Amino acid sequence: MRTVTAVVIGAGHAGLAMSRCLAERSIDHVVLERGEVAHSWKTERWDSLRLLTPNWQSRLPGFGYAGDEPDDFMTVREVVEFIEGYANFVSAPVETGTTVEAVRANGDGYVIETDQGTWGCRAVVVASGGFSAAHVPAVAAAVPASVEQITTVRYHAPAQLSEGGVLVVGASATGIQLADEIHRSGRQVTVAVGEHVRLPRVYRGHDIQWWMDRAGVLDERYDEVDDIVRARRVPSPQLVGSPERITLDLNALTGIGVNLVGRFAGLSDGMAQFSGSLRNVCALADLKQTRLLDRIDEWATDAGLDPDVPAAERFPSTTVEDAPPLGIDLTSGEIETIVWATGFRPDYSWLDVPVLDHKGQVRHDGGIVAAPGMYLLGTTFLRRRKSSFIHGVGDDASDLSDHLAGYLAGSAPPL
Amino acid sequence: MSATEVDNGVNVEALLGAREALTETPEAGQFNWRVTCNWVKGTHSNSVVEGFFGLGAEQQHRKQFTFDADHPEVFASEDLGATPAEIVLVALGSCLTAGVAAVAQHRGIQLNSVSATVDGAMDIQGILGVDGDVRNGYSDIKVTYEIDADATDAEKEALVAQSQKRSAVYDCVTNPTNVTVAVN
Repeated sequence: MRTVTAVVIGAGHAGLAMSRCLAERSIDHVVLERGEVAHSWKTERWDSLRLLTPNWQSRLPGFGYAGDEPDDFMTVREVVEFIEGYANFVSAPVETGTTVEAVRANGDGYVIETDQGTWGCRAVVVASGGFSAAHVPAVAAAVPASVEQITTVRYHAPAQLSEGGVLVVGASATGIQLADEIHRSGRQVTVAVGEHVRLPRVYRGHDIQWWMDRAGVLDERYDEVDDIVRARRVPSPQLVGSPERITLDLNALTGIGVNLVGRFAGLSDGMAQFSGSLRNVCALADLKQTRLLDRIDEWATDAGLDPDVPAAERFPSTTVEDAPPLGIDLTSGEIETIVWATGFRPDYSWLDVPVLDHKGQVRHDGGIVAAPGMYLLGTTFLRRRKSSFIHGVGDDASDLSDHLAGYLAGSAPPL
Repeated sequence: MSATEVDNGVNVEALLGAREALTETPEAGQFNWRVTCNWVKGTHSNSVVEGFFGLGAEQQHRKQFTFDADHPEVFASEDLGATPAEIVLVALGSCLTAGVAAVAQHRGIQLNSVSATVDGAMDIQGILGVDGDVRNGYSDIKVTYEIDADATDAEKEALVAQSQKRSAVYDCVTNPTNVTVAVN
């Protein structure tokens, strides 16, 4: 068994940022990676995807975007290059092609079993990513065999789909982006819409991320928000990173002929059933968007920005037809493919330590897991609203590596 | 106005406490609501609500509640109670309204008056079997609130939206449910 002080699981942006923070604190460690650096980005993302955040926001501890287009959005290839560049920059001790099979407590440390041998360590940082395992609802098993099903980690481009109608389930960033490009490829698209977050790409002359960054929205801490459980469940906003900086919301989709139905609620005798709650989930998103813009406007006034930026504006409510369909017969041929854009649910079943809740997710307090010396990194709203974004992981990695160093020294500092 | 000065008669602390407790012991959240429905005569029935199961044990309402249901005279019935379909609207309206009060309390909004009209559109060709393409149930339900409260219009809309998001009956009405009817 090889031994090391700390093991970081996952060599995505989060694991690498942690590697950098540990190195700065002279903590010897290894980063175990199932595939290659930036594995999910290399293999499990669709072709047209670009980051939802502008280039200027691509920053990791000690590292940042160095190109000439700060307001553009990185393609998947550019993200891979960025993360690989970071791995080189921090000289991260990455062991690629190493899949972790089990983590067990062992004395005052842990044993990490991998397909490439066993590691012993005092501390573990789980940075395996919140967006690596697609979550598909159980109802998928009852979909008639005549309908093809695909998740977003297997989807690459419209050309891989049948020519017929497509039902996209989910209306977060992924769902709306795929609905848009699939519909534009000549296939009739219907989107099943549950709760979602609506945002304009550009507001008052600046990217919405600029406003949220400047107004402090992205820095809100997990211990400051009213209801962190709910905040961690909020789906990713309806944004697309495009050179044209377009806003891609439900109105944009219905504008090109995409149909909207309610949340995918069930399946009976081959009939897909949709919730009658479409109007309300759209109202919730419209109201939430308005509250965010109110907050931004208030901040802009307080910051004295009003003379320098265009006037405040409000966007039309989401248009919902009078009687959206409540069902589609999946045996009729109208729908040939279902794209499940229903989010991600990481699999932690290899974590053989009693830290999982009844839904199999890691119990933690701002990334400090309820097992001594164990940490979680890179998941939604871990410590801050920005936690799951590339630029958001740095502050979390810094906080948690401080705690980890204190733990090793026998005096974990309060956070 | 702070939350402590607002009194809509909802014990929000107790509800939040229950939510926290159920996060730790999710099995205690398994409830069974029960109604006993007895046929009286014709389309008239009388239903009784008394006990239910929840928090791991049998529970009792403070007293027995009864509900008469019948059909109106235009259906050649005696009209000895609201129609069952209307009782669904009663359930929807009262569930959403309870939610409005609870959400308002949580958000520190004092309610002065709340009134909802619930309008369900139904084509009875369905239940009469005249046209197989017409469903038996409601084709559309509209709930319209009049709310007098110390709140902006946007805050009132948010109250109503959040109430729908957390309503049991709204969920029952908008989503499919497996129903098993057996004869002993």
